[in-house]
Amino acid sequence: MRVYRALLLAFPASFRAEYGEEMRTIFARRRRGTSGALPVLTLWVEAVWDVILNAARVQWDVLGQDLRYTVRTLRRSPGFTSAAILVAALGVGATTAAFSITDHVLIRPLPFADPQRLVDLWQNQQGYSRTELSPANYRDWKRMSTSLEATAAFTDASVNLVGEGDPERLSGQKVTADLFPLLGTKPLLGRVFSEADDRAGAPGTLLLSYGLWQRRFGGDPAVLGRKVILDDAPYAVIGVMSRGFYFPSRESQVWMPMRFEEGDFAERDNLYLRVVGRLRDGVSLEQARAEMGLVAARLERAYPKENAETGATVVRLRDEISEQTRLLLMALFGAALCVLLIACTNLGSLLLARALFRRKELAVRTALGAARERLVRQLLTEALVLATFGGVVGVCLAVAATPLVARLVPNALPIAETPQADVRMLLFAALATVVTGIGFGVIPALRAQRDVDATGLREGSRGGVGGSKEGLRSALVVTQVTVSVLLLISSGLLIRALWRLQAVDPGFRPAGVLTLRTTLPLPKYEKTGRRRQFVTSVLSDIRALPGVSNAAYISFLPMVMRGGIWAVKVEGQPEVPGDPSNASLRFVTPDFFATLGIPIVKGRDVSESDTAESPWVAVVSQSFARRYWPDQDPLGRRLQFGLPGADGASPFGERTVVGVVGDIRVRGIERSSEPQLYLSYQQVKDGWLAWYAPKDLVVRSSADPVALLPAIRRIVAAADLVQPVSDVRMLSDIVSADTAPRSVQAGVLGAFAAIAVVLAGIGMHGLLAFTVSSRVQEIGVRIALGAGASDILRLVLRQGLLLATTGVALGVTVASGAGRAMEALLAGVSPRDAATFLAAVTVALVTTLVGSLFPALRAIRVDPMTAIRTE
Amino acid sequence: MAHDRAEVLSLLPLPLATFHILLAVAEDDRHGYAIIQDVAVRTGGELKLSAGTLYRSIQRMLEDGLIVEVHERPAPELDDERRRYYRITPFGAAVARAEAGRLTNLLKLARACGLAPGRA
Repeated sequence: MRVYRALLLAFPASFRAEYGEEMRTIFARRRRGTSGALPVLTLWVEAVWDVILNAARVQWDVLGQDLRYTVRTLRRSPGFTSAAILVAALGVGATTAAFSITDHVLIRPLPFADPQRLVDLWQNQQGYSRTELSPANYRDWKRMSTSLEATAAFTDASVNLVGEGDPERLSGQKVTADLFPLLGTKPLLGRVFSEADDRAGAPGTLLLSYGLWQRRFGGDPAVLGRKVILDDAPYAVIGVMSRGFYFPSRESQVWMPMRFEEGDFAERDNLYLRVVGRLRDGVSLEQARAEMGLVAARLERAYPKENAETGATVVRLRDEISEQTRLLLMALFGAALCVLLIACTNLGSLLLARALFRRKELAVRTALGAARERLVRQLLTEALVLATFGGVVGVCLAVAATPLVARLVPNALPIAETPQADVRMLLFAALATVVTGIGFGVIPALRAQRDVDATGLREGSRGGVGGSKEGLRSALVVTQVTVSVLLLISSGLLIRALWRLQAVDPGFRPAGVLTLRTTLPLPKYEKTGRRRQFVTSVLSDIRALPGVSNAAYISFLPMVMRGGIWAVKVEGQPEVPGDPSNASLRFVTPDFFATLGIPIVKGRDVSESDTAESPWVAVVSQSFARRYWPDQDPLGRRLQFGLPGADGASPFGERTVVGVVGDIRVRGIERSSEPQLYLSYQQVKDGWLAWYAPKDLVVRSSADPVALLPAIRRIVAAADLVQPVSDVRMLSDIVSADTAPRSVQAGVLGAFAAIAVVLAGIGMHGLLAFTVSSRVQEIGVRIALGAGASDILRLVLRQGLLLATTGVALGVTVASGAGRAMEALLAGVSPRDAATFLAAVTVALVTTLVGSLFPALRAIRVDPMTAIRTE
Repeated sequence: MAHDRAEVLSLLPLPLATFHILLAVAEDDRHGYAIIQDVAVRTGGELKLSAGTLYRSIQRMLEDGLIVEVHERPAPELDDERRRYYRITPFGAAVARAEAGRLTNLLKLARACGLAPGRA
């Protein structure tokens, strides 16, 4: 019988209480009347089936009744209903949006086969934790490693596409044929590369990204086999990758085979290959790290000069994400959880007030025979219905908000720019909704129930004032104030950090400078003279345009290309092994410093007369001069860069310093930059350092850049008809993009804080309004006994102030802990920044006091006669 | 007592168990187990109501006002205090009549098509 009793638990408690006993009696009679193993078994099977079937139906009926009742009650109070739905929507929406972006960037497996086994391989040497590999080291690592099942190499290879509409610069990759099988990726159309495509002399083959195929080739399946011209060489399209495929980042539009010739393996210090590997099944990351360390050590012994202090770094592909991005997202998610918590407490508070207010109604229902469990269920259903509507609105909010936070998605990961609203996001939203509904529906339901029977029907009983019920509501309001202070302080600190960074001088004046890129293809522009012809023709025509004050070319713009760092050797100073005497190297045309507004502190700019035939010159930044020639005149000093050749001299020649200019933030606002070294664009041997050939055009003008651009395009086309123009941007946009993720984060957090503080104000208002309306009689009596308006005001405000200060004190304590946790994001702003704390505390206090003011004013206006008469 | 015809019709067609329970309590007040036995006898053992189906139906019938629980008890020697007795209400009787009428009409239609014995 015990089993049957347990079975009956499937029915609602009220049904069990009503009919359980009789059902047990009937079953017992039947059991007594049955003998034999098979008939008894049959009886049990029937009983189980009967209970399951009927319990489900009864539960369903109860749910239906509760839902109908809920809809009726909620309809009767549209104000309460819409407030509750809005609060739930804000909480669920904020958390879902934050989850969707955090999941997209940090959690979700990468869209490749068995992605947790994919790793990136880097060299680490002399102060750099990650550098690319040379083909020789790549070949040896591949050959010697046993912990990796496969390795593949790739390198940036942007190309100019001509012959299909306007010439266009495409960002692409050269990849070894084993890359796609390693990733486990199949093309949408056609095939990927085979070993045959990798061989030197094989006809050029090309894979297109889905985006490029759609945009440039109209999604035409007949594109397979089509010949296109990239950098003056013919390529045949052999495949199109699928829509969600990005590698190594979402910028790649084309992939071409990487071809090594024997000569490529000659130099071990020619570092340009990025390498990805797949761990052998069962091999851990630590094992692979240990083994690659041994491999690197063996190679260091074999090539002590080229591989000096060269180790191996192995990183999971998933973890190729900066610590800062991780922190930014974690802070965002934490803040969203705070908003959810506030929304929940607010909702809980609302429901509790309502439940207490409806105590009489519930007591009547109990007296009329509704079981306690049915009432709890009813209240819970109400909470869940509200939460569900809120959840639906919240998901819409989240979907609408996701593009706004897309700038937090780093470019370096092979994932889409914006997270998709998918099953994971919906499941999370559903979870958040259920937690909201249950977590904060259950407490009020149980609370309201506890003393329904005893006191609810008593005449004049005040719904929920005084004692533990008010204590619970006060605790909820204090929580709201605490969390909103936490959010206000955190977002305040981040905004201060953002302001501080935005105030950092980049070393140049970005306003009014238009930038664009004309990458000159090889081998067409291999010769320095040919490049000079193009550059001077373009620059002289642009300088003649109305409104243009300066124009120049540089290898790469600051903050766009942060690398290009070379070892430097200065005449008369000994070489210290392992000394990171590095500088960022750029070739420039005359007038570059004037165009960017970089001051020439000493000496002169490079000039058109600094040709290959004249003495080779260099312009250095102030920090460069300080480092090598402190308190001396740097002009006339001589220097070299790059590793010395067999004769001990740099193959790139010796240069004489002719000028000193201001330092600029090459690596961006937040990071320190190496000293800068600028060389004349004409002073480089044909075919050497082609990657450093000037390609970024900067134009300072007072004219509208939009009006200027067509003229510049015409000028470029006049210099070379098939030369594409790409990366058109304002320099000021480049600078602000450097702090864009921060701006987005500070904005989102600020919005969260604003929501939180408003909700806390509403929560305070709700609590006090409720207290006042329940204490109308008491207030009336006090007024009748001679209490003045100020006494009544004090009575109500004192309660509000007490709650607000408690919340603020707790919030400040928690926030100082949170500030320390995110110190890395604060760019030097103290995690206990007094101004931020003061501002946050003021905002929180003012908002909550405004929330208490309305109920307090209502209390003063209580008419003692009316109030007492209702007693 | 006149009952709102629409209210009666809204409950039709009656679930089979409900109709049989109404028949069982039409003549006498009966408790749950007695209803099960009565239905079994009436249908020649063809319909054996399970406890779950019985009480789920009873709960709905009480809510719909088809039956009521009666508090007059039989003689103590015949009674078990755990038992609850049910009686048909006038509304329940009206609904049962309406259901019987519906079934009669259905039977007439079937006869007219030669799908049931008897005269159309």
